[in-house]
Amino acid sequence: MGGGGGGGGGGGSRREAIERELKKLRAEREDLDGRIRLLESELEAVPAGVSGAAAGKGVGDGSCGGSVACQSRVGNGFAPDGGLPADMIYRYSRHLLLPDFGVEGQRKLSQSSILVVGAGGLGSPVALYLAACGVGCLGIVDGDDVELNNLHRQIIHKEAYVGQPKVKSAADACCEINSSIKVVEHHHTLKPCNALEIVRKYHIVVDATDNLPTRYMISDCCVLLNKPLVSGAALGLEGQLTVYHHNESPCYRCLFPSPPPVAACQRCSDSGVLGVVPGVIGCLQALEAIKVATGVGEPLCGRMLLFDALSARIRIVKLRRSSPGCTHCGKNSFFTEQDFQKFDYENFTQSPMSDKAAPSVNLLPESARITCRDYKKLVDNSEPHLLLDVRPAHHFQIASISPSLNIPLSMLEEKLPTLETSLKETGEASTLVVLCRRGNDSQRAVKLLHEKGFASAKDIIGGLQAWGRDVNPDFPVY
Amino acid sequence: MERPKLDQANRRGGLELLLENSTKVHKVEVTTPKDGQGKVVEVTTPKDGQGKVTMKLLLSWVKDNLIKERPEMFVKGDSVRPGVLVLINDCDWELCGGLDAELEEKDVVVFISTLHGG
Ligand SMILES: [Zn+2]
Repeated sequence: MGGGGGGGGGGGSRREAIERELKKLRAEREDLDGRIRLLESELEAVPAGVSGAAAGKGVGDGSCGGSVACQSRVGNGFAPDGGLPADMIYRYSRHLLLPDFGVEGQRKLSQSSILVVGAGGLGSPVALYLAACGVGCLGIVDGDDVELNNLHRQIIHKEAYVGQPKVKSAADACCEINSSIKVVEHHHTLKPCNALEIVRKYHIVVDATDNLPTRYMISDCCVLLNKPLVSGAALGLEGQLTVYHHNESPCYRCLFPSPPPVAACQRCSDSGVLGVVPGVIGCLQALEAIKVATGVGEPLCGRMLLFDALSARIRIVKLRRSSPGCTHCGKNSFFTEQDFQKFDYENFTQSPMSDKAAPSVNLLPESARITCRDYKKLVDNSEPHLLLDVRPAHHFQIASISPSLNIPLSMLEEKLPTLETSLKETGEASTLVVLCRRGNDSQRAVKLLHEKGFASAKDIIGGLQAWGRDVNPDFPVY
Repeated sequence: MERPKLDQANRRGGLELLLENSTKVHKVEVTTPKDGQGKVVEVTTPKDGQGKVTMKLLLSWVKDNLIKERPEMFVKGDSVRPGVLVLINDCDWELCGGLDAELEEKDVVVFISTLHGG
């Protein structure tokens, strides 16, 4: 905006410019007024000497005791005498109007601190709703970065944050929604070595993680520190929800003393998940966390909610109570914090503390395996071969190497005659090369093929994932 | 999985079983050697002299009649494999006696595989 204004004929535009400037200044004044009100009410709310050093936004490992993430507003606007400042009454008016919730519910919410473990498909709605509803302190733990293939279900993250830490993305989103709460970023993967320290600072824990060992670990940690655990899970088109270790409800180990076999542990990254399904479960987790925090209603203790998206059915079943003989929450449990820190959850469950990759198997001698680079050479040299893709048919439809024959591993045995015919067409001396997504099923297939007399069968090490990485960067990753 | 036939005329002394695995719901009739006509399936157990269908008996029936492959995904020893929650009429089977729980006509048994994803 220049000083002297533009030359001739500028009367109209000059006027517009002034109006724009006025509008901008008025908006700024309104913003300043709002901030002044906020600070004034905060000053009233903070007893002398308690406020501590406000440490600005995004403090890496702040605790819920002192430091502050969003705009500082200790106690979330509630004065010590219980009165709510006008702006908070206005913000939460629809909560206050609920007879069962009211000022008391809102006050308890504002005094509660809730830790959300995992800022993914479940954690997204949990964090968004808990921020919006005005919990006093919201902690978010996640060690991962935002990836493009997260966005279809992890609705807290935006495209602009791809490649950045999920906790930062999630905390920014929460602060944008509600600058009056405290949001704490814990940019770590929760592990036995850091879990006690982090979880200790919160009243309630929400398990929004994506893998089995972490679920055992969080449950054990909550039992040790005596925290209610709102646990949700989703896969494919189904979800499950319950509240562990609260009002005599069982802990995870009461229900599942031994881990399931590895083959029964499906991951979203292998089996897929419809984005809205974890969304539904996450919303319900936020609800249960609010109920536990405020004491309003009956939390899902000793009961489990089972959600079947495909048939639009919700079933709520009754669970056993906390078992006196439970090795962890039982009366005679000897499990200590030291035991916890030393416990190897990945070994216990035989699966990794991540949704990312299935553990790779190693079933074949080296002579029965080739790298994808060697396979490329074989193709370039026009050596006779048949490429057998053993992924499920719906995987094959996503993307495939052409030409290849698709026989899913589960049907391989019954379709051996088809394979034999195809192999004859490519020539007697041809090699049978077997491919899958990551190089595990292809090994299983080759093992079976060897047993059935297909001596030339070899698997491509690392499957299509290696192919996309080492040979053809244009091959779609999924 | 194959769907065992349910003979409407032959329900007396039988038991309805719902085996829920994703969308797969199986309505079957299990008849005991004593009072059943054995038309749908004959269940023989060594110690069950009173013709009662216990969960233990049901599990072995399911294993023999419904599980076509990879039985280790369903049973371990004479119980269900770890990670499966068994519900009898929407109630944790631990509250009903576990393997010894006696089933009655029209009882609904559901096997839930726990989810870990998110
Ligand atoms: Zn327990």
